[in-house]
Amino acid sequence: MTGPSASVAALRAAFGAAVERDDLICGDAIVWVAAARAHDILTWLRDTPGQEYNYLVDVTAVDYRDPEHPLEVVYQLRALDRAEDLRVKVSLQQSAPLVVDSVVDLWRGADWLEREVFDMFGVSFHGHPDLRRILMWESYNEGHPLRKSFPLRGHYTRAEQTRQALGITPEANYSMEELSIAQAYNDLPKDMQERLEASGRLEGA
Amino acid sequence: MGLTPPDSTGDQATALDAASPNFITTRLDFLQNWARSNSLWPMPFGTACCAIEFMASAAGRFDLARFGMERMSFSPRQADVLICAGRLPFKLAPVIRRVWDQMPQPKWAISMGACASTGGIFDTYAMVQGIDTIIPVDVYVPGCPPRPEGLIYGIMMLQKKIMGETFTDPTLRQEHLVNSDGLFLAPERIDELSEPFGNSVHQTRSA
Repeated sequence: MTGPSASVAALRAAFGAAVERDDLICGDAIVWVAAARAHDILTWLRDTPGQEYNYLVDVTAVDYRDPEHPLEVVYQLRALDRAEDLRVKVSLQQSAPLVVDSVVDLWRGADWLEREVFDMFGVSFHGHPDLRRILMWESYNEGHPLRKSFPLRGHYTRAEQTRQALGITPEANYSMEELSIAQAYNDLPKDMQERLEASGRLEGA
Repeated sequence: MGLTPPDSTGDQATALDAASPNFITTRLDFLQNWARSNSLWPMPFGTACCAIEFMASAAGRFDLARFGMERMSFSPRQADVLICAGRLPFKLAPVIRRVWDQMPQPKWAISMGACASTGGIFDTYAMVQGIDTIIPVDVYVPGCPPRPEGLIYGIMMLQKKIMGETFTDPTLRQEHLVNSDGLFLAPERIDELSEPFGNSVHQTRSA
């Protein structure tokens, strides 16, 4: 891609001041939007004819070394039909609670990505169906490791870290409920639902 | 053509066979250790690139079967030696501990590679700084990752160690469980074992 993305101009026309800033870095179009309008803008980018960013490639976040610099949540979008990319960033001030609206209702794939951002950076996604840690274990209480304020070796002594680690119940991390296909019944395609019903594996779900 | 035995040997061999004993005398320790050291069934605990070298050791070119290790025991109940091949994150610490506790005596552990032995380059919040803070280890194999020859040398060292054991030593078969404060070693000992070393000492920007 060369030249500014047409989506940026269209966004400015549709949302005005909610589009804070845009830039073109190494051919990648990046647009910063207001946190309060982020969900509206992402919905618009997904649904508006001519935009149709139907694939959410990644959700991640960046914590800058400068403590005054806001933390940025990054959405990497792709329009599969046009093979066009757009990066949407939301700045969150470190002084306020880090909250942004979840986009799981727009792209189901955002579920685990947002859980990872929550786990690593402590950003809360409002409206997320199941916001809990995904990489660290659930009883992990040292904080959010990818924040710049988090020391490389963690807050506790190695002995305390080892003690807490040995106290984990492995079953809690790999629960059968999470892995059970019967729990996902409503989200499965029709032919799989029929096969599940025929197999009798739905009993007790 | 053909081999013609010298005249006398036929009768001599028959006489020897009839007279030779069908038992041998040896030390029980020797016999037991010989059997154990040549039939070590490994419990493979492969978490990273060391596991690739471990698999290479088991495959045709290096052939662990030469050491009586042809059977990978994926159940800890039938395993003799736990081989931790790769880095161990804290999240896996209770898992390796449980696998170790499930293995029946006699049992041994090999820590394969820099990460399993010391944490290696991963001196971070997420990584166990040497599996000897979690379970007792018999042999450490250095390398990143060690070549199959390195692992095989470690296994031969373990065999040598087993040959030196005696079943009258009650301390050898003691279980070292996690004690009441939730640790396998004393806290000071774990902190000491986990101290940064080498290049890692320059990383301490905080804590």
